[in-house]
Amino acid sequence: MNLTFKIWRQKNAQAKGKLVAYPLNDISPDMSFLEMLDVLNQKLILEGDDPVAFDNDCREGICGMCSLYIGGRAHGHETEITVCQLHMRSFKDGQTVTVEPWRAKALPVIKDLVVDRGAFDRIIQAGGFVSTKTGAPQDANALPIPKQNADKAMDAAACIGCGACVASCKNASAMLFVSAKISQLALLPQGQAERDKRALSMVRQMDMEGFGNCTNEGECEAECPKAIKMSNIARMFREYYRASFTYEEN
Amino acid sequence: MTVLDAKIPSGPIEGKWDQHKFDLKLVNPANKRKFSVIVVGTGLAGASAAASLAELGYNVQNFCFQDSPRRAHSIAAQGGINAAKNYPNDGDSVYRLFYDTVKGGDFRAREANVYRLSQVSNNIIDQCVAQGVPFARDYGGLLDNRSFGGAQVSRTFYARGQTGQQLLLGAYSALSRQIGEGNVKMYERREMLELAVINGKARGIVCRNLINGDVESYTADAVVLATGGYGNVFYLSTNAMASNVTAAWRAHKQGAFMANPCFTQIHPTCIPVSGDYQSKLTLMSESLRNDGRVWVPAKKGDTRPPEQIPEAERDYYLERKYPSFGNLVPRDVASRNAKLVCDDGKGINGGEAVYLDFAEAIGRLGEDSVAAKYGNLFDMYHHITDSNPYQTPMKIYPAIHYTMGGLWVDYNLMSTIPGLFVLGEANFSDHGANRLGASALMQGLADGYFVLPATIGGYFAGTELEAVDKTHSVVKDLENQTTTRAKMLLTINGKRTVDDFHRELGKLLWEKCGMGRNEAGLQEAKEKIPKIREEYWQNVKVPGENGEFNQELEKAGRVADFLEFGELMVTDALDRKESCGGHFREESQTEEGEALRNDEDFAYAAAWEFQGVDKASTLHKEPLTFEHVHLTQRSYK
Repeated sequence: MNLTFKIWRQKNAQAKGKLVAYPLNDISPDMSFLEMLDVLNQKLILEGDDPVAFDNDCREGICGMCSLYIGGRAHGHETEITVCQLHMRSFKDGQTVTVEPWRAKALPVIKDLVVDRGAFDRIIQAGGFVSTKTGAPQDANALPIPKQNADKAMDAAACIGCGACVASCKNASAMLFVSAKISQLALLPQGQAERDKRALSMVRQMDMEGFGNCTNEGECEAECPKAIKMSNIARMFREYYRASFTYEEN
Repeated sequence: MTVLDAKIPSGPIEGKWDQHKFDLKLVNPANKRKFSVIVVGTGLAGASAAASLAELGYNVQNFCFQDSPRRAHSIAAQGGINAAKNYPNDGDSVYRLFYDTVKGGDFRAREANVYRLSQVSNNIIDQCVAQGVPFARDYGGLLDNRSFGGAQVSRTFYARGQTGQQLLLGAYSALSRQIGEGNVKMYERREMLELAVINGKARGIVCRNLINGDVESYTADAVVLATGGYGNVFYLSTNAMASNVTAAWRAHKQGAFMANPCFTQIHPTCIPVSGDYQSKLTLMSESLRNDGRVWVPAKKGDTRPPEQIPEAERDYYLERKYPSFGNLVPRDVASRNAKLVCDDGKGINGGEAVYLDFAEAIGRLGEDSVAAKYGNLFDMYHHITDSNPYQTPMKIYPAIHYTMGGLWVDYNLMSTIPGLFVLGEANFSDHGANRLGASALMQGLADGYFVLPATIGGYFAGTELEAVDKTHSVVKDLENQTTTRAKMLLTINGKRTVDDFHRELGKLLWEKCGMGRNEAGLQEAKEKIPKIREEYWQNVKVPGENGEFNQELEKAGRVADFLEFGELMVTDALDRKESCGGHFREESQTEEGEALRNDEDFAYAAAWEFQGVDKASTLHKEPLTFEHVHLTQRSYK
């Protein structure tokens, strides 16, 4: 296959970026999109050009590191996958494909297609945990959890923190990400003690990081590689409002 | 010659760990704040250690090369985590988990370490549940278990096919809490490039700030490496792209012995290689072997599609050769048998692949049940190969997955450099020559949550530590070396890319030091590696500059270290003239083609001391004694 890629090139956070076209021939349809970029980079290096910087690591859809906006869609045009699981067989010969980084004020570009997602970590640090210490907790089976709750918590916990939800949202909202963690812990008995405080602190941090609000359009759910549901956002609002009325800080 | 002292406590095995914890000197709670610890790595071992040390009151600095601690490669573990809970009442116990692990490791692990691992396995499950890890549960709300290779009990806890992710996010949440409270200072996108050893003790690290290329140094009272395994020395492996040996290798060059580097695990169920552009191999969890049946066409040259090959013309070779364990034989046995049938020309279309077939399970349980158990794995397979495993059997082939070797550590997880502790896959201690499925997660978390937090206090309480900071001449010298090395790599401006060299090294090692190894092949590799290394330093092309985000330069440093490490791996494989676990020396096999150990001559851990690049390393032997699990030929028949 022969394709042309228009790739966002930006030397560093301060520099101004632009789209640069790179034609690439003899692409195998069995390559993953990232393997195609590897091949392009090998070519660029040997030609004396600067290879394209992009985040990636596990290449099996679980680490959440890869983060490309391909043809106007987070992780490309297929559903429930990350870029590393997108294969060239799903493109058409001769196609021109635009490749951009996540675009959001709270996720600034570091270089080319690499962005800084430190905001996500800071939101988790604000309350995305159960305050238990390593030590000698009770036996794991002393706390039965209804299977349906455990399963729903697992659905929410499947979030890989990639940021596709933010990149897809016209408001650059991080609510799908934040609500997934709030939901996981709100659904489990272990999360109850800090339930109110968690919702308030995480939402506060989310706002401080400069993420936008939710206007219920659902791009986040549509593009989430792990099919995290918008119903989590509804649950987050419920948690947040309830806590706002009832929680007293000391 | 240094004598290795494993510091294994005396007394009966059941009481060693408790007695040792009691015997270790303690650091007063108020004094813990005065000690600082550097933890490199944020996988299961690193994140759990950093969080637990901070909870105790130590000052922790934690480093990872990814953009967030949540991305460490532990996250990719699919299948599960073992524990001796015996919830299913099927006869499991701490002793049985210990026994299975020592036997599964083909008698090349330390009994005392493995016993401790089995003891704390139950605490790990309790700890993870307390954190909110959503393990799979039954309809009564209690935890569910599944079976894994090498065991005849169901002791594996799991969270769908994403157990590693959920356990890592649990450790990450504990770590995040400590970061938020200011007890851990987190440094992301930093790669450790040197270990600072000052007055004989590990006191700091030199890193590259991957965003701007700055050389940054940090000092502390102890350094903990939880930097994972070296499987990427083979280029193609199931490891993440950036997983590397650099931190461990740099420590090795400063005096930490490297143990059993030839013990590498080949995972039997991975998606076969499809082309030259291939960047990594994808594992299909071993849990699939619970319900999937492995087979090849019984006749050579049978190129019919699998659905047209009748039952009688299929060879379910694992079930045939190992009737009691069947498809659930340990990983090394399953891998080697796949190689044997493919070498014999019975692989799919004569190539390197065998079938993993779910038709029987789908018939027995229904497609929905199979999807509930393995849905995400089936989807992953479908995406990658464009073939639907609900309809057509999966094609699989073994691939490098895990490395049992690593830096030598004593019972306290301290290396031969005082103050340098090594956890998780980066150390060599618990899995011997072959790791059983669902044991890596167990070991990483055991080391980080329970072992190190106890033993590091003993080190601090019994050691004089002078004040050291990053202006120390040792640190400055290492900073200069780091800069010089980066500049050398950037100025070579040769004709081959870093990946090109890496691929060459990996192919050589896979062929000569992979699933089957022999004297002649290993000698050949040992001669070739220094030549590849020499060419690398003359002909590699690394673009860009030092003072910028430069992923090729990062890779170039890692591959330079793999080119040195690979030689040691081959040296170790040559020295070990026996077959054990994942190390299969073709000269040493039974008549039936099973691995044949030589306990008389090789019941030791081989710990190598660095003497210089291009110089022979010195071998130190830690004899292994087996008082509980008696040395027998492993049999899974």
